[in-house]
Parts: sequence; structure tokens; C-alpha cells
Amino acid sequence: MNLLIYFIPIALLMGGAGLAAFLWSLRSGQYDDLEGASWRVLDDDD
Amino acid sequence: MSCCVDPDSVIALAKDNNASRDELLLASRPLGDGLLQVDLSVPAAHCGACITTIESALKRLPVVEQARVNLTSRRVSCVWRETVDGKPSDPTVILDALTGCGYRGHLFTAAAEEDDKARTRLLQAVGLSGFAATNIMLLSVSVWSGADAATRDLFHWISAAIAAPTLIYAGRFFYASAWNALKRGRTNMDVPIALAITLSYAVSLWETIHHGEHAWFDATVTLLFFLLIGRTLDHVMRNRARSAITGLARLVPRGATVLNDDGQRRYMPVEEIAVGDRIALTAGERVPVDATVISGASDVDMSIVTGESRPVAVSVGSELKSGAMNLTGSLTVRAVATARDSLLSEIIGLMEAAEGGRARYRRIADRAASYYSPVVHLLALITFLGWGIFGGDWKQAMLISVAVLIITCPCALGLAVPVVQVVAAGELFRRGIMVKDGSAMERLAEIDAVAFDKTGTLTLGRPRLVDSSGEAGDRAIAAGMAAHSRHPLSMALAGQFDALPAALDGVREIPGAGLETIRPDGIWRLGNPRFALTGAAAETDEARSAVVLSLDGRERARFLFEDMLRPGAEGAVAALQQRGFSAYMLSGDGRAVVADTARRLGIDGWFAALTPKGKVEVCEDLAVKGHRVLMVGDGINDAPALAAAYVSMAPASAADVGRQAADLVFLHESLDAVPDAIDMSRKAGRLIRENFALAIGYNVIAVPIAIAGYATPLIAAVAMSTSSLIVVANALRLGRMARRRPAADRQPRTAILSEAMGTAP
Repeated sequence: MNLLIYFIPIALLMGGAGLAAFLWSLRSGQYDDLEGASWRVLDDDD
Repeated sequence: MSCCVDPDSVIALAKDNNASRDELLLASRPLGDGLLQVDLSVPAAHCGACITTIESALKRLPVVEQARVNLTSRRVSCVWRETVDGKPSDPTVILDALTGCGYRGHLFTAAAEEDDKARTRLLQAVGLSGFAATNIMLLSVSVWSGADAATRDLFHWISAAIAAPTLIYAGRFFYASAWNALKRGRTNMDVPIALAITLSYAVSLWETIHHGEHAWFDATVTLLFFLLIGRTLDHVMRNRARSAITGLARLVPRGATVLNDDGQRRYMPVEEIAVGDRIALTAGERVPVDATVISGASDVDMSIVTGESRPVAVSVGSELKSGAMNLTGSLTVRAVATARDSLLSEIIGLMEAAEGGRARYRRIADRAASYYSPVVHLLALITFLGWGIFGGDWKQAMLISVAVLIITCPCALGLAVPVVQVVAAGELFRRGIMVKDGSAMERLAEIDAVAFDKTGTLTLGRPRLVDSSGEAGDRAIAAGMAAHSRHPLSMALAGQFDALPAALDGVREIPGAGLETIRPDGIWRLGNPRFALTGAAAETDEARSAVVLSLDGRERARFLFEDMLRPGAEGAVAALQQRGFSAYMLSGDGRAVVADTARRLGIDGWFAALTPKGKVEVCEDLAVKGHRVLMVGDGINDAPALAAAYVSMAPASAADVGRQAADLVFLHESLDAVPDAIDMSRKAGRLIRENFALAIGYNVIAVPIAIAGYATPLIAAVAMSTSSLIVVANALRLGRMARRRPAADRQPRTAILSEAMGTAP
């Protein structure tokens, strides 16, 4: 039971970090051109 | 040169670029520091090689600071400098560079930004509810596997704390929509959803406060998560089609060259042109506003305005409608109406009056909800009263009736329709057909008659040489003369003729009549019989256009043209008739031409010389007779009929207003798109019904369990997720069903991929 006091915040923080990363990637426009991104990965001359 | 562009189309494109510096400047938005950004639509871009070709071609230009292709929306956003080395730069090289590598670039007005924000908001809500759902589910699993007393209470409190903001942030879409429906005295899908999530949260909170055993927080947020996925898919699909459609060629010009009283020329946006302004129109430009000709003579292509396939000769005093294309000579015209009062606004008025079947149509999901939610709410009420009266424990009665509400909440129903429609729209998109929204696909599946416009839809509006007479030498002279003109008949003659054209100079074009050149052997004329021949009678064969080559008024050769059928037109009409649809043709063109085209295509029901209003009336007539009509058309004169029909389709070459009015737009030239789209919508309709059956089947099993009082949160979670997964899996079958057939369609992509891999070191 005592361990829960540490584990639950850790779990929530990790989940929260994932959420924050998702929101950041959304905001920085990484979902704007999914189709183009799948081609750009093959292109390495720039 | 990339794999995706054939050299012929580059040549065809080369002469088609007529956007000026002013026009580009008008479309750009300043970024500061002398930098401007312009977004160009490039519908032909579709693979990695296209990205590399376009970006490297543009970045090579000194005027371009930065260029980036967005393949999803088929756009290039290009940042360019206003001045290069102290001199004003010329941004038209951007379009030339695009044309040079084989892509047609179009300007468009950026109105899509609003949609983009809505998508971001939806995705954020999906992210948040996904986070909440997974975390609460973890806590719930611990509760189900035996946490008790203080631990369980703690977990419930944490869940409540996570669920509350999620409910407000992610649930607001459903609350807003449910409230809007209730305000108007209707119910939609979102009413039972809003009720279920609110009630389940309230009851769970009450349970938590009283140290209860069952809390439904996981059900609440999982429900939200799944439903938001459905909603986001629906939105993304609409968005993609819309942005692709606004990116297509625009036909109404953005601006025009206005002549001031002191003789100066100034390029002005169309909206600022006032009545009485003098406008200079060169050959190849479109008429910006309704106007009369004050000097010059030319041939004008009115096909997009009236449906007439033959160019009309105009001279001083002739009236021009906005959208018509000036073909052969330069004109000075005087505006008689502003852009707002021009033909277009008249058409838009007709369109608003005509919006009939579409406004009355209710989405399948909403129709289902109108039966579904009363039944569900009644069931929950009966359960509540039944358990209360016969069991005596009103608190337990309340818990059980909430369980009924949660179990029956249309989670699978919310996904049943959008997932199928998104998969179907994606398949159609791959074949160059864009569906504007899900309701269009539902309506398309219900049609039983198809009405086609003629010029621009069944035919391409381009003449084709069908018959010729005369000696080879004379025909070579005719081709040589024709090469000097932009008139469609001349271009067809020069382009489609087998003999080597003779090199000629001093060819003079007489607008509205033909071409003339003086050679040692006499005066050669090429044009309509009345111009070329002395004392010729009026044309006899109205369905075909005749062009005559004459020497000193005596006929040397004769060429007959007919309007070229759109590729696949015959096959598409036959395929539709074979499937039991009745086909009609509504045209603004003359009787003889329409009858001839109808005969060639095997269409019995045809109507000629129709005004835009006449087309609407035919559509309404058919609707009164009980038909559900798909209207396929492209012109400005078709727009009201496109709005009036049950569902409508337009080719990508259509006028702006036509494209905006149509529910579906097809990019490829072939008319096969029409039966293809109908087939796909019918397949989607079948899958949607299957999905409804699956969802209802699930309810038939789950509801008695809930009414009997055995539905715990664990059972609800398992049942809801399973039914949602089944519905999604069933929808994904559509992609496979569709892909099995056109194997040829998929081949190029692998070829491109291997090429792209091959070029990488």
C-alpha cells in the first residue's frame, strides 16, 4: 500500500509525459503531412 | 523528369500558364523582411520523387527562399523575396519552374485554415481522452483484480480526478452538438451520448463518495475516446476532400487589366472593378465581370457559361458573361456589372433557391438515433421503475438503469458509419474521386437516375477531326494556316492532321470568320463556309462543324469536326444503363448537336437548349416522379442543377462554382469515375447496414444482462470494446474488397518506391 504513494504518481507522470509529447508533436505540425513524411524518410540528400 | 509525368503533358502545359506577377502578388501574404509566402496547389504531385523534383527545382531559383511540398494537401508553400539584387523580382518564374518539371501549379485563396484548427482541436481531445482512458483503465483493472477498502477508494478518487477534466475538455463536442439538436426540438446521435457520459460520471462520483464497489469512470472515458476517433475520422475525410477541391484550377480570374482614362494600365482585383471601367482582354484571358465589347473582335468560348460547344463570334456591342474565355483577338470591354452582380451571383441565387433534397436529407446515423434513443431511454426508465417498484431498493434501481444506459450507449454505432465512409472515401481518393462529406456517399448509394450535362462532361468541349476531303498538298496548307490560330477548330486541325504542315507566313486572322493568307497563286482562306466560299449557303449539317479551305473563293478541301467524347463516356453510360439506372442528358447546346451526342452514347432521354433554370426544373420534375437523381455537370450553368439534384458530381475541370456545388469531384479525365463512385458508395452502404446489424446484435445480447442487473463495469468495458473492434474490423474489409479488383492501379506505386530506393546510395 505504501508503495502506491510512489508508483501512482510515477505512472501518471509517465502517462502525462506521453500526452505532452503528443500535444507538442501535434502543435509543431508533425501531423500536417503524413503522406509526404512517409516519402521523405527515403530521401537523404538534404 | 520524374516517373509521374509524361513528356506530352509538359508540352501541353507549356502554353497554359498565364498568371501574371500582379496576380501572384495578390495571392501572396507578406511575412516581413521583404519576404512573401504564396501557397500553390499542385494536384499532380503524388509521390516522393515528386517532392524531390518540385523542391529542388524551386530552390534553384534565386527568387525563392524556401519551398516545401505538402503531399497530403497537394500543395507547395513557397517563400519568395520581393527584391533580388535591389530589383523587384518576378515570381512568375515559380510557376514556370513548376511547369518546366511537369506540374501545373494553381493559385487559390486560403480559406482552409479554419478547418485545420478544428482538426487540431479534435486531435488534442483524442489525445487527452486516450491518455485518460488508458490510465483509468489501469486503475480499474487493479480494482477488478481485488483492490478493496481504502485502496479501492483511492483508485476511484484518482479516476474521478482524471475523468472530470476529460469530460469537460473532450466531451464538449458532444455537449455542444446535443444542445444544438435539443434547442431545435430534435434528437441526434449526441443526445444519448451526452446523457450517458454525464449520468455515468455522476453516479460513479456518488458511489465513490459513499465507498461503493462499482464505478464507471473507465466506461465514461473509453466511450469518449472511441466516439472522438469516429468524429475525427469524419472530419479528416471532409477536410482532405475540401482542401484538394479548393486547390484545383480556378476559372474566374482573380484580377484584370483596367485601362485608366489617361491610357495607363493597372492590374486590379476583380472585386474592385466598377461599372463603366474599361478592361483590356488579350487572347486566352477569361472575362472577369459581365461586360460589353467597345472595341476589337474575337471568338469567345462560352461553353462553361451556356453549355454551347462552339465558339461565338463577338464584335463591338456584343455582351459578354463573366467566365467566358476570349480565344482569338484582343478586346477592350466596358464592365456593365460588378463582380458581385455578375452572372455568377445570379447563378448563386438560383442555387440557394434550388437546395432541396440535400437540406432535407438526414444522415443515416441521425436517423438511426431517432429510433434508437427513445427506445433506449424508455428501456432505462422501465428498468428504473421496475426495479424500484418490485425490488423496493430505489438506489439499486438507479444504478441498474444507469448500467443499461451505458451498455446501450451507441459506441459501436458512432464508429459504424464514419469508419466505413473514411475507408470508402480513401479508396475513391486513390482513384482520383473526392467525396466532400459522408452524407454525399450515403445519398449516392440511393440514386436511381443519372443526369449528365453535355459540353465539358460527356464531351470534352474539344473538337475532333472526323472527316476530311481534298488533296494532301492542300491539306498541308490548311494545317500550316491553322497553326497560326488559337481557335479550337484550328488547334484541332493543326494538331490532329497527319500531313506535314506547310510553312506559311503572313497569315491573318479574321475573328469570327477564319484565316487568310495571300500567296503568289491567290488568296487562300480557311474558315467557315460563308467566309471561305463566295456565295455559299448556310451550313447544312448542324451537328458537325465544317471548316473549308478555299483558293480565291473556290473550295479546295473540307474538314468536318465533332465534339470529342470524354474518354470512357460510352462505357460509363452503358455500364449505368446496364445496372438499371436511367440516363438523361441536360444541355444548353442546340438541338441537333445534343441529339447527335445522345445518339452516339445511346441516351434516350435528352433535353436541349436548357437555361440554368430549365436544368433545375428538369431535375425537380424527375424528383417529383420519384427519382433520385445524380447530376453530373461542370459549367456555371449547371451549378443550380448540381445543387438541386439529390447528389451531384463534377469533373475537376469544372467552373469554381460548379465544383463548390458538387458533392463529389473527379480528377481523372475518364467518366468511369461515375459508375466507380456509385459502386463504392453502394458497397459502403452495405457495410454500414452490416455494422448496424452487428451493433444491434450486440445490444440484443447485452441489454438483457444489464436489465437483469448483472452488468458490472468490467462486463461493460469488455462488451463495449469488443463491439467497437468488431465494427471497425468489418469496415476495414471494404479496403480489401475494393483493392482486389484494380491491380493495375497499384502497380505504379511499387515501381516508384523501388526507384526511390534505387537512387538512394
